Amino acid sequence: MFTLLDLMQPSTIDEAYQLLMAKRNNTVLGGCAFLRLGSSRIGTGIELSKLPLDYIMEQEDYIEIGAMTTFRELETSTVLKQYFNGILPQAVSNIIGVQFRNVVTVGASVFSRYGFSDLITALLTLDTEVELYKGGRMPLAEFLVKKYEKDLLTRVFIKKEQRIASYQNMRNSASDFPLVNVAVSCYQNQWRIVAGATPAPAKIAKRASLLLEKNLAIDDAADLAVEELVFGSNARATAEYRKAICKVLIKRGIEEVLQWR
Amino acid sequence: MEIEVILNHKPVTLTAEKDEFLADVLRRHGLLSIRKGCNTACCGLCTVWLEGKPTLSCNILAIRATGKEIITIEGIAEEADEFANILVAEGAEQCGFCSPGFIMTVIAMKKELENPSEAEIVHYLTGNLCRCTGYMGQLRAVKTYLEVK
Repeated sequence: MFTLLDLMQPSTIDEAYQLLMAKRNNTVLGGCAFLRLGSSRIGTGIELSKLPLDYIMEQEDYIEIGAMTTFRELETSTVLKQYFNGILPQAVSNIIGVQFRNVVTVGASVFSRYGFSDLITALLTLDTEVELYKGGRMPLAEFLVKKYEKDLLTRVFIKKEQRIASYQNMRNSASDFPLVNVAVSCYQNQWRIVAGATPAPAKIAKRASLLLEKNLAIDDAADLAVEELVFGSNARATAEYRKAICKVLIKRGIEEVLQWR
Repeated sequence: MEIEVILNHKPVTLTAEKDEFLADVLRRHGLLSIRKGCNTACCGLCTVWLEGKPTLSCNILAIRATGKEIITIEGIAEEADEFANILVAEGAEQCGFCSPGFIMTVIAMKKELENPSEAEIVHYLTGNLCRCTGYMGQLRAVKTYLEVK
């Protein structure tokens, strides 16, 4: 369990950012689900539920999601069910249980770039941008490889387009962490294959995605994807196992997208 | 610190440490229906309703409940009793340790889902662990309670 020396509930985003930067061990508290499994000593915990960041809003060109939106809100959102074959509600639907998803937040999951994340994998196959209070707005792909800097993730933007998307994952049991997960999408013949829980954070298989654009050879694309992606071993699965499963999931993802196209 | 909440339909001031989670604060307040089965946000035993939503109280910082409505099984005794009797009739009740959290989730589901399929019921109740049974008794009881097939 972590310990807090102090706890603040700022009422503006600027105030939250100033608090965060005031001391090295000041920390933003999201849903706390991951944080509480560790034992960090936090100076001031910055609790964000007083900020108006808990919403999913459909704008003209984007779907905007506030950082304090819970996974359950993503799962049940009528807006998100309508777009991209409901990939976002589907991707988060197997994370522990309803009562857990009513707690954990979008901002904390994306900002923390968890290797086991289901959400990041699904977001990365869409045209997603994140907004950081200091760092500004940038594509999710850029944020995921950026050097870590203390900041406050405020909003996630997903471009509204007729993108067809599919989410695939392998778990030992329904509510467990994914052993590996995959998201595949296609928009105007531009494909994007993503794999996560490798167990590193999600990455786009760029060469395989390009290959699909030129030539719809599903097996070749899946082979190339697992060659260009890097797999690792941990207590859940070995690199070899992940690679073998990932290949199958990518094929299924591509086939599903083709079915819906 | 002090936290003002509406607890089981009454305004209450709870005392909590800054880094304390709601489950511990509620237990200290005398609500012993709240169990911490795993304390790692996996088992569902500590479920309460926060603003009507089933929530793991072991995973919610107490401060986050400020100004909000909390319902524990003590606050819906009659409704809980109705389902508990069905659970017992189906032989789904053994040690009973997981029952309060499970019952809170089942009743929340009844309010949230309309005429759910078996798959939807199982999906909603995943994350509520019971180490005595094989879940079949619970599923029969839930279906009887929801009057679905």
